[in-house]
Amino acid sequence: MADDAALHEPDLALHVEDLTVSYHGAPVLWDIDLDIPQGVMAAIVGPNGAGKSTLIKSVLGLVRPIAGHVRLFGLPYRNARRRVGYVPQRSSVDWDFPTTALDVVTMGLYGRLGWFRRPGRREREAAMAALGEVGMQDYADRQISQLSGGQQQRVFIARALVQDADLYFLDEPMAGVDATTERAIVAILRRLRDRGRTVVVVHHDLQTVRSYFDWLVLLNVRIVAQGPVAETYTAANLRQTYGGQIALLEPGDPVPGARPAEPAPTDPRHLETMPRP
Amino acid sequence: MLAFLQDYTIQTVAMGAALLGTISGVLGCFAVLRRQSLLGDTLSHAALPGICLGFLWAGARELEALLAGAFLTGAAAALLVLLIAARSRLKTDAALGIALSVFFAIGVVLLTRIQAGGGGGQAGLSTFLFGQAAAMLRADLWVMAAVTAVAILIVVLLWKEVKLVTFDPGFATAAGLPVVALEIALTVMIALAIVVGLQLVGVVLMTAMIVAPPVAARQWTRRLETMVLLSAGFGVAAGVTGAMISATARGLSTGPVIVLAISAIVLVSLLIAPGRGLIWTGLAALAERRRLRGRQVLLTLYRLAEEHRDPAYPAEKGTLDAYHRAATGPALARLEAEGLVRSVSHHPEPTPHWELTPEGHARAEDLAGRPERAK
Repeated sequence: MADDAALHEPDLALHVEDLTVSYHGAPVLWDIDLDIPQGVMAAIVGPNGAGKSTLIKSVLGLVRPIAGHVRLFGLPYRNARRRVGYVPQRSSVDWDFPTTALDVVTMGLYGRLGWFRRPGRREREAAMAALGEVGMQDYADRQISQLSGGQQQRVFIARALVQDADLYFLDEPMAGVDATTERAIVAILRRLRDRGRTVVVVHHDLQTVRSYFDWLVLLNVRIVAQGPVAETYTAANLRQTYGGQIALLEPGDPVPGARPAEPAPTDPRHLETMPRP
Repeated sequence: MLAFLQDYTIQTVAMGAALLGTISGVLGCFAVLRRQSLLGDTLSHAALPGICLGFLWAGARELEALLAGAFLTGAAAALLVLLIAARSRLKTDAALGIALSVFFAIGVVLLTRIQAGGGGGQAGLSTFLFGQAAAMLRADLWVMAAVTAVAILIVVLLWKEVKLVTFDPGFATAAGLPVVALEIALTVMIALAIVVGLQLVGVVLMTAMIVAPPVAARQWTRRLETMVLLSAGFGVAAGVTGAMISATARGLSTGPVIVLAISAIVLVSLLIAPGRGLIWTGLAALAERRRLRGRQVLLTLYRLAEEHRDPAYPAEKGTLDAYHRAATGPALARLEAEGLVRSVSHHPEPTPHWELTPEGHARAEDLAGRPERAK
């Protein structure tokens, strides 16, 4: 396309317009307009099947949209690739693959190494440094199947860190890890943001959104709301995002088998995901 | 024996089997790690209609025409699998099964049709079902060697790309690698490996040459490099062994004997490989059970000593057996060997008694303080 070279919304880390993705005729993402400024730590939140992972994958070119366009720092993905780091869902690979933690982290450099070139000492040193950043330097030579779930997730994050990107996408990095690892991951991501990088995380836990993130995207096939967490994290927005799958527990709002929330009637922290009645 | 090794046919077959073992062992690793073990099965079965079409086209049993046909229908089946998996709700395993049965059925129909038609030369076609090593010529070896060399060269040159695509295709795509092209290249090379092996092993058993060497090799190593080399080595060993065995005995078909040889390697690897073998993991579980039992007995002695306010309280073995509802003798003997307990006599009772040593007392205190401490 002729206009690919021209910058379009270059001040935004991520700009998505009119994006629609469908799978077997049913829309998974519909008419997504999304802007994420640089230097924020953003959460993409929504119920199961809201298209959170699909949104990231279509931004990264892993899923082909049927309409719309995506720009990263004003450029199409293939021109901005060097500035983007990616942490896929941990369950998306076979952890019994015969390789070591250090080797997996080194894979983060394959894209920029170019054809036929082998990773050498410089690449190994960069990978070791990234492992050190996530506190995994002692596990460099460990077979990846022998790592715990949290350690595997840290290895995946180290592989993205070694990409030295300006914009990071993480798909459910906190899924299935213990509380210590979750805190460590949040600390790593905050350090990135404090260095001016942009971090976009698919997140599943409403309870921690306000303490971890400063930007929020509420998604349920369509964008429900987006903006700074303080403005976006409202009871009305959450109710609209989760629809029938959520019950807003307020005093005098009897829910069978559930204890009414006691403090702060409109505090959305007391939202609980509930099965449909 | 020397005369036997100098036999022209046996040499040819052994070299062919070694080449087949190399290419299928190397490429099989990526198929197995990409969870496409069945791809080889589908491709080889789908080669049968191609062989028949090649025969019909050439009008005679010309090897080039037969193998070209085999490659084309194999590739068509692979394409069909990709299409079904991408365009329908079926998963890849179902798509592989569909392609396998449809293509093989067409192949058998064509085969029986050709055989019913009579005429010269058609009798040789059914040997492709199970392979016929004796029909191999020296000229065929050059074709096999060339295909093997190309496949190995591609794998060596594109090592890091192929590795990343095999481990994490999503990340590879995001990193800008042409994942689809690499996957097609791997699939085409596997199809070539199968075509190369058809004469020797036949369409029905060919999949074993793709799947078995990597499965055996995976047991012995934690590195992809070593796995690929070992897999090729196992493939060569099985190929040459099978060729030799079938040459020494009358009436043993080469292909199935090669497959039996590689199966034996797989069986041994599954049993005894250190770290992953069944015997190894069984022994590890036994050691873990013993460790737990030792801890339990040590803690029982400790609690008895606490109860009696005597760190060296001598407990009767019968008491320990009754408490654990099992003979604690072996566990006590192991604890004694570690210097944690010692056997004492407790006059006037004639039965054996055991007490904690100071080290044993310290260890038990440690365990009691943090009973679920990680190893």
